Amino acid sequence: MKLKNTINQIIFYIFLTIFLVYIISPFLWQTLTSFKTPQELFSIPPTWIPSKIYTGYYINVFTKRPFLTYLKNSFIVASSTTLFSLFVSSFAAYALARLKFKGKSIILSLVLSVSMFPGIAIVSPLFIFLKNVNLLNSYLGLILTYTTFAIPLSLWILTSFFREIPFELEESAKVDGATPMQAFLKIIMPLATPGMFTTAILTFIAAWNEFLFALVFNTQDSMRTVPVGIAMFPGEHDLPWGDIAAASVVVTVPLIIMVLIFQKRIISGLTAGAVKG
Amino acid sequence: MIEQKNLTSPTKQSKFQLSEATLGYILVAPALLCITAIALYPVLNTFKLSLYYMKLQLPGLTHFVGLQNYGTLFSDSRFWSATLNTVFFTVVSVALELVLGMVMALLMNKKFKGTGLVRAAVLIPWAIPTVISALMWKFIYNDQFGVLNDILMKIGLISSYKAWLGNPSSAMSAAIFADVWKTAPFMALLLLAGLQNISQDLYEAAKVDGAGSIRQFFSITLPLLKPTILVALIFRTLDAFRVFDLIFVMTGGGPGNSTETLSIYAYKTLFRNLDFGIGSAIAVIIFIFVFIFAIFYIKLLDKSILK
Repeated sequence: MKLKNTINQIIFYIFLTIFLVYIISPFLWQTLTSFKTPQELFSIPPTWIPSKIYTGYYINVFTKRPFLTYLKNSFIVASSTTLFSLFVSSFAAYALARLKFKGKSIILSLVLSVSMFPGIAIVSPLFIFLKNVNLLNSYLGLILTYTTFAIPLSLWILTSFFREIPFELEESAKVDGATPMQAFLKIIMPLATPGMFTTAILTFIAAWNEFLFALVFNTQDSMRTVPVGIAMFPGEHDLPWGDIAAASVVVTVPLIIMVLIFQKRIISGLTAGAVKG
Repeated sequence: MIEQKNLTSPTKQSKFQLSEATLGYILVAPALLCITAIALYPVLNTFKLSLYYMKLQLPGLTHFVGLQNYGTLFSDSRFWSATLNTVFFTVVSVALELVLGMVMALLMNKKFKGTGLVRAAVLIPWAIPTVISALMWKFIYNDQFGVLNDILMKIGLISSYKAWLGNPSSAMSAAIFADVWKTAPFMALLLLAGLQNISQDLYEAAKVDGAGSIRQFFSITLPLLKPTILVALIFRTLDAFRVFDLIFVMTGGGPGNSTETLSIYAYKTLFRNLDFGIGSAIAVIIFIFVFIFAIFYIKLLDKSILK
C-alpha cells in the first residue's frame, strides 16, 4: 500500500513537471534568445544557453526603435480605459445590484451580450465614424472602444460583488438620513474595493494586449501601442528576432510580476462567471 | 434658503422612494450610452454597409445593392475555405484545450507544496499578449534557427528541418498548437474552480464503495462538472471563432490562404482592398454565428445572477 502511494506520488510529480515545463519553456526560450549574440542567435543548430549576456537587442529596442513611445501610448490608453470603465461600470453595477427599477434583466443581457461581439463585426463602421470625427490616430478613439468592451466583464464582477454586501448596512445608513448616493459612496464603495481592484487588473491587461482596433485605428507609428508596434518590427526582408525577443521580455515581465502578486484576485475574477453558472 | 430646506425635509421620505428608480436609470445611463454608441449601433451599421457597394477608394460610387455582396461571397471559394479554416481551428483547438485543461485542472486540484506558484505559472500564458506569444512561437517554429526542429531532430522524430509555418499542410496545426498553449491554462482555471465546488464527501463515499479513480472521474467529477465545462466550452468557442491576432502575426493567413480565417479575410477585404461592402458582409456572417452562441451563453449566465 505504502509502495503504491509512493509510486502514485512520483507519477504525479512527473506529470506536474511536464506540465510546468510546457507552460514556462516558450517564454523562457524567448528570454534566452534576447540575451544571445547575433552569431549564437543565427546558428544552426540553435545555441541553447547564451555563452555570455548580450544586451545589444535591449539597447536597440530603446534607441533605434520608438519602443518607448509605444510603451507610453499603451500605458496612457490602458490606464485611461481602466479608470473610465471602473467609473462607468461601478455606477451601473451598483444600480443593477441594489436598486429597484424596471428593465434590469434586459439591461444586463444587453450589456453582457456585448462581451461576445467579435471586434471585426464593428470595426468597419467604427473606422468610418472615427475618421469622420478625426479620432483616428488618437488616444480617445481607442480608449472609448476599449472602455466599451471592458464594461461587460467589469459590470459582471462588480454586480456580483455589490450583491454580497449585506443590505442591512445600507438600510441603517438610510435610517440615519443618508441618500442612496451617499450610501453608495460612503458605505458600498469602500467595501467593494477588492472587487474594483480585480476589475481594474483584468481591464488593464485586456487593454494592454488588444490588437485589432489598435492596428486599424492607429496606423501612425507615433500613435502605435506595444502589441502593434512589436508586430510591425519585422521588415520587408529581415526578421529582427533579437529585437522582438528583447521587446517581448520588457513587455511581459511586468505582466508576469503583476500576475504573481495578484494571482488570487485574477483567478477569482476570471472564474466568477463560470462557477456560478 | 433656510425656508426651502425646511420645506423639503418633511417630504424626504416619499422623495426617497421616488428617486430610487430614477437614480437607478441615471447610474446605468453612461454604461448603456457607451454600449449603444460603440457596440450596438456600429453592429447595425455593419449590417447596413453589407448591403452596399462601397469601396473607400471610389467614394462617389457607393450605392445600395441589396444582398448582392452575400451572393458574391457564397460563390467565392476563398470565403468557403476561410469558413472551413475557422471551423477547423475552432473545433480542434477547443477540443484540445478541453482535454489538456482538464488534465491541468486535475493536477492542480491535488494538495501539494507550491500550489500557489503553479497557479501563478498557469496565468503566464494567459497574461502574455497574443501578439507576443505568436511571435514567440513563430521563432520556435522557424525553419532554420527554430528550437522545435532541433529538439525533434535530437529525439529522432524528423530527419531534416521542416518549415512548419511555410507548409500548407502543417501551418494550421502549428497555429492551433500555439493557441492551445496560450488558452488551455485559462480553461484549466475555470475547470479547477468547478472542481473545487465538488464536495470531497462524494469521493470518500465512492472510495468506501470500492470505486477506483477512473470510475470516480466518470461517475462523479464529470457529471458534476458539466455546467462549468459547458460555460468554458461556449466561452472558448466564441473566442476561437473570431481568432485574429495569432494568425495575423504568425502566418498572415498563408501560405496560400491555408490558415486564413474569416476574421483575417474580413480584415484584408476591409483594410487592404478597402472594400467595405464585401468586408462588412463577412463581418456580419461572423457576427450571426457568434450571436447564436451568445444567446445560449447569456441564458446560462442569466439564471445565476438574476434568479
